[in-house]
Amino acid sequence: MYKIAVMGDRDSIYGFAAIGFEPFPMATHEEAAAKLKELVEDNYAVIYITEALAEGLEKEILHYSERELPAIILIPGVSGNTGKGIMAVKRSVEQAVGSDIIFGND
Amino acid sequence: MARAQVNPTRMELNRMKSKLKTARRGHKLLKDKRDELMRQFLILVRENKELREKVETGIKNCNRSFVLARAGMSAEQLNVALMCPKQEVYLEAETKNIMSVDVPRFKYKTRTSDTNDIYAYGFAFTSADLDRAVKETADLLPSMLRLAECEKSCQLMAKEIEKTRRRVNALEHVMIPRYEETIKYITMKLDENERSSQIRLMKVKDMMLKQAHGYEDYDKAAISLGKDEQ
Repeated sequence: MYKIAVMGDRDSIYGFAAIGFEPFPMATHEEAAAKLKELVEDNYAVIYITEALAEGLEKEILHYSERELPAIILIPGVSGNTGKGIMAVKRSVEQAVGSDIIFGND
Repeated sequence: MARAQVNPTRMELNRMKSKLKTARRGHKLLKDKRDELMRQFLILVRENKELREKVETGIKNCNRSFVLARAGMSAEQLNVALMCPKQEVYLEAETKNIMSVDVPRFKYKTRTSDTNDIYAYGFAFTSADLDRAVKETADLLPSMLRLAECEKSCQLMAKEIEKTRRRVNALEHVMIPRYEETIKYITMKLDENERSSQIRLMKVKDMMLKQAHGYEDYDKAAISLGKDEQ
């Protein structure tokens, strides 16, 4: 059985505790990187990270994107949507197709 | 195109021919694989885009509701209300094979299946905004999990497509031309050898005729004869 984690600043994530996700409030990127490593090794299948926190964790996230599990998914935080999550989708389209053909019109 | 360094022998030629055949076959198969992967990927990525938009607006609404809830309650009350969540998600991950890419499929069960039973607090000391916020978050759960599944699949498939495309290109533009070049080189060399041995035989025959019957050079004689007639 797998668990689901949410990482980010406290205000953005505490609501998810109500539906059974495990919140991990993180203040600094170093702390978050260490925690992420821990969570990946542990039994977590999905890790949601707020876009603001993911800003400094790109290397780690990219590194884990090759593994089948966990799925690391960016979500917008309370401070607003930075468009980083949709950028990640865009990047996989570019990687696969060679150029962006899905988001080209917006 | 550089050819492989080989000895121009018939054995090598056969070897190269079978290699070329394998390469052509591999190229065709990989190309088919790439096309199918691409088709599946595009379907998935469109879904991914829609889901992401849905989840992002959903989370935005949830956050708004939570901010409202926080405004109406003290921080301690809010913390106490959310301290012991009632709802739990039991997640099972299976793998599904899409064109040799293993992608995760999530199955989940929530502890309380009743959607009205998700509130972990009494309603006496909490605001209605909190109820709405929790409800909105709970409603978002299936989409969020599907998004995770979808986005992970997209990442894995993108990687596989890139790899396959590289292989297809390497076969098409490097390996196959190289084999063709090598085969051409060996055939030419073999033909050349054959011609040279033919000539050698003819020469030897000439020499033997001359020895046996005292004929002068046959061709020369013929040419001089022709000249005489003119």
